[in-house]
Amino acid sequence: MSTFWIQNARIIDPAAKRDAVGDLYISDGKFVATLSAAAKKRAKKIDATGLVACPGLIDVHVHFREPGQTHKETIATGSRAAAAGGFTTVVCMPNTAPVADNAGTIQLINDSVRRDAVVRVLPTGCITVGMKGAALAPIGSLKRAGVVAITDDGDCVQSNELMRRACEYAKMFDLPIMDHCQDHSMTVGAVMNEGVMSTRLGLRGWPNAAEDLIVARNAILSEHTGAHIHLQHISSRHSVDIIRRAKARGVKITAEATPHHIALTDESLATYDTHFKMNPPLRTEEDRRAIIAGLRDGTIDIIATDHAPHTDYEKDKEFDFAPNGILGLETALPVTLAILVRQEKFKLPFVIDLMTRRPAQLLGLPAGTLAAGAAADLCLFNPNEDWTYDAKAGFSKSSNSPWHGATLTGRVKTTFVGGKIVFAQGKIL
Amino acid sequence: MPWTRRHLLTIEELSLAEIGQIHATATAFKKILGRSVKKVPALRGKTIVNLFLEPSTRTRMAFDMAAKRLSADVISLDGASSSTTKGETLRDTAENIRALGADMIILRHAAAGSPLYLSKFLDIPVINAGDGAHEHPTQGLLDTFTMLEHLGSLKGRKVVILGDILFSRVARSNIHALTKLGAAVTLVGPSTLVPHWFTDLGVKVSHDLRSALADAEVVMLLRIQHERQSSGHFPSLGEYTSMFGLNKTRASWLNPKAIIMHPGPINRGVEIDSELADGDRSVILEQVTNGIAVRMAVLYLCSGGQPESVMPASA
Repeated sequence: MSTFWIQNARIIDPAAKRDAVGDLYISDGKFVATLSAAAKKRAKKIDATGLVACPGLIDVHVHFREPGQTHKETIATGSRAAAAGGFTTVVCMPNTAPVADNAGTIQLINDSVRRDAVVRVLPTGCITVGMKGAALAPIGSLKRAGVVAITDDGDCVQSNELMRRACEYAKMFDLPIMDHCQDHSMTVGAVMNEGVMSTRLGLRGWPNAAEDLIVARNAILSEHTGAHIHLQHISSRHSVDIIRRAKARGVKITAEATPHHIALTDESLATYDTHFKMNPPLRTEEDRRAIIAGLRDGTIDIIATDHAPHTDYEKDKEFDFAPNGILGLETALPVTLAILVRQEKFKLPFVIDLMTRRPAQLLGLPAGTLAAGAAADLCLFNPNEDWTYDAKAGFSKSSNSPWHGATLTGRVKTTFVGGKIVFAQGKIL
Repeated sequence: MPWTRRHLLTIEELSLAEIGQIHATATAFKKILGRSVKKVPALRGKTIVNLFLEPSTRTRMAFDMAAKRLSADVISLDGASSSTTKGETLRDTAENIRALGADMIILRHAAAGSPLYLSKFLDIPVINAGDGAHEHPTQGLLDTFTMLEHLGSLKGRKVVILGDILFSRVARSNIHALTKLGAAVTLVGPSTLVPHWFTDLGVKVSHDLRSALADAEVVMLLRIQHERQSSGHFPSLGEYTSMFGLNKTRASWLNPKAIIMHPGPINRGVEIDSELADGDRSVILEQVTNGIAVRMAVLYLCSGGQPESVMPASA
């Protein structure tokens, strides 16, 4: 294991409330307070002048498509995209083929992770068998196999009774439940936000209310059962309000927002570009502003990408027929910096917190810190570097990004996982 | 001003001047339709493909006839006989049609935005013959053409569109054409089928039939589809008719010279009384006839023809 001496970085460690220019040391895969004179001599020195050094980013919502949809992404390619985006821990969703609703599939995923991943990839398991919303999956066995949460992401459990039992049961194992909040009966055939734009474009609308209802349901069930429900990719302003009130009562819910929901609105759909089609859909400026306000006051806890790769030929279709989802990992940091730091004047350490310490805390992961003794998961980025994102040249197997060809500001330079450089100089090592 | 557009995708993107050019060209072509030899050589040697991936009789026949009146060769393909049923993508189908030498594609498709999608990669004109609930530009053009024939000008004139607006591409194209032409448009129907979002397009939304119809000079009815009943948009066809169906009493609220329009197919006894559909205020069949002249104009202009050069040779 190499020893590193990272010099003259702006060190941001939200867990230690640290934001100062200084040096960081890594030895034996861990952060250390300092190095002996001899070790300093031996250490690989990295001049980080002008760079920010922060804990490796954590994304609790990615789709790596393995097993079964490896034409879109694999654990190998997805974890490389993560490393290139500064992420050192990602949590992948169980809507694979077959879905991850049993310990065997989790084991298969973990085998691939051990063999192929360049960052920490943690699996989730399904809430229900086959993600069909009818019967509970073997949640205890899933926990034993190593899942960090359960979720039927993409197929929100519609039965309130089953969701209640899932909450009660998962609480026994201290497993958070992640929910994609969508009332299916209100979104039949829906492909975009319901509103002025869907009316103009003649596309079937997905109303805010379909999210709001399930967010409210989950707040009620979390309060009723004491289970931790994590609300995925909040997109509606009313949902933000419901979460804020529930949290004020002490309800154990958490919530995430995606970079795309804070950066874009349904106005982007004017040309039926399927790279702006995702679920939940892009909503209005009012919704976008409410989500940013929710991040500002802590109503929304974290940023998560919902990295959802699809091939060119799958996305190259009539809008109604294209699959939902866009890439996120390689653009999350610059897009979030553009909106929250440069436009909204959030403090940089606060934004780093949204992407490191808080997601770690949310799932109880031993990550998101630069503390001496912690595994050396580290992201070095230049907050001011302009670069042009070429999705086709990225590390993901797919290239379905609305930011393809855009000039972004803020670029990841080096990513360490467990004291090893996994990404540097634009390359995976 | 020369005509520069190659595709006709929406009315929303047309300028008032372009709408005027299409109407003027249609007026010239309409004269040809009254002759004994109803054909001009404008598109001789051109092949036009009618790609109708959603059922249609009127629109498809009208395009077919319009193309033939212009001496083009026409090939019609429908959803059932196309390769899309074998899983071929729309892009591949369209590129194959192009490779076979088509000079123009007329597309009818259930997915909104699909003509725009085709136009992005095809180097031949794409004409939208109806895309989902989005637009049906030639219908909007022929409807306003018919209104202009009767009313002269539409500036400030009260036009009511009545029925299922939410799912209607005809409504959207007419809204755009009418607002550009200066008409005062009111949309009427059950609140579930006429959401308030439409006011953003510069029209009024009303659920009160009496005040909406009062003094209107045009009422355009839209077909009520029984499927909307099962999706909960209204309780029953019977209730729809009792609340919003156009009958003699309600027609008496209109301006005495008002015309009654319907893009078809009509459901007699549901959205309109049979008597009114056949009455002397009905221009429903004129719409159909005008549909040929307007579509001739569109095919001609998008193939590179210029409005001022339509000088039909004497018969």
